[in-house]
Amino acid sequence: MSTLQVSIYRYNPETDSAPYMQEFQVETHGRDLMVLNVLELIKEQDSSMAYRRSCREGVCGSDGMNMNGKNGLACVTALSDVVKNNKLVLRPLPGLPVIRDLVVDMGIFYKQYERIQPYLQNDEPAPAIERLQSPEDRDKLDGLYECILCACCSTACPSFWWNPEKFVGPAGLLQSYRFLADSRDTATRERLADLEDPFSVFRCRGIMNCVAVCPKGLNPTRAIGKIREMLLANAT
Amino acid sequence: MVTNITNLGRSGLSDWLIQRVSAIILALYTLFIVGFLLINPGLDYATWSGLFAQTWMRIFSLLAFVSIAAHAWVGLWTVTTDYLKHTAIRLAVQTAIILAVFVFLVWGIQVLWGA
Repeated sequence: MSTLQVSIYRYNPETDSAPYMQEFQVETHGRDLMVLNVLELIKEQDSSMAYRRSCREGVCGSDGMNMNGKNGLACVTALSDVVKNNKLVLRPLPGLPVIRDLVVDMGIFYKQYERIQPYLQNDEPAPAIERLQSPEDRDKLDGLYECILCACCSTACPSFWWNPEKFVGPAGLLQSYRFLADSRDTATRERLADLEDPFSVFRCRGIMNCVAVCPKGLNPTRAIGKIREMLLANAT
Repeated sequence: MVTNITNLGRSGLSDWLIQRVSAIILALYTLFIVGFLLINPGLDYATWSGLFAQTWMRIFSLLAFVSIAAHAWVGLWTVTTDYLKHTAIRLAVQTAIILAVFVFLVWGIQVLWGA
C-alpha cells in the first residue's frame, strides 16, 4: 500500500465562492518523499493547483505551509515526519489572506519586518576599510541571522493572528534582536523606544509555537526574552 | 510604536512588570492564607478576626487587593484587545472592567478597616 491520501485546501477567488478541500491519491512507490515532491506529483494530476516553491532545499523559504496541522517548509519535511494513517492534509499558512490555494498574501508579515528596520544603523564616521567586530560579539548573532523569513513562526502565533498589524511577531522580533545585539549598531535606544508599547513585543505570551515550528531550529522566544531584558535595563 | 490609552501602565514594559510583580504578591498571599487555614483546622471567629486586626495583616491584604486589581486590569485589558475588534464595544467592556476593579478595591478596603 503506497498510495498516499492527500487533502488540499483549494481556493480560487475568481471562480470559487468559498474555499474547499480537494482529495488526491498520490502513488509514492513506498519512497519517503518530501511534501514538496508530493505537491509536484499533484501538480501533474491537476495543473491548476497553486503553491510557491523555489530552491527546494530549505534556503529560500517560499514553500511554508501547514502540513497535518503544523507549519513547516514542504521541501525539507519528509512524509515520515508528518503523515499519520496514510493521510496528509495541506493548508496555507494560517492567519494570512489567501491569494489562491496554498499561496498567501505575506504583505502584513513583511510590513512588520520592515517596521523593525532590519538593517545596520551606525552614526559614527565610516572607517577606511570596514567596521570590525570581535569574534565574541560576532557570536552573539548566531541563532539570529539565519532566519529565512518563511513566516512559519509568525503564522503559528495566536498573538500574531489576533493583532498582526500591532504585534511584530516572532520573525520580526528575532530580526529586531539581531540588530539590537549587534555591537556595530548604534540605534539601540531608538529601536527599543519603538518596542516598549503593550503590543509590539509584549503581546508575546511565551507559548513557544514559533520555536516548535521553525524549520531552521531558531528560537524567537529567547530573542523576545532578551529584548524584554534590554527594555528593562534601559528603563528607570 | 503602537499608541494605547486604556491599559494600566501606559507602556507595555510597565504593564509587563506590574503583571509579574503582582503575580508574585498574589502567590505569596495565597500560600499564606492556605497555610494559615491548614495550621488552624478548627478555625473560629476570634482567631480569624484576630489575624485581620493586626496592622501587618491589613497591609499585606491591601497589597494583595491592589495586586489583584492591577493584575485583573492588565490581564483583562489584554483579553479585550485580542477578541473585541469593534472599538465602541471594546471601550465599553474595558470601562466596565475598570469600574468593577475600582468598586471591588474600595469594597475590600472597607471590609479590611470596617469591622
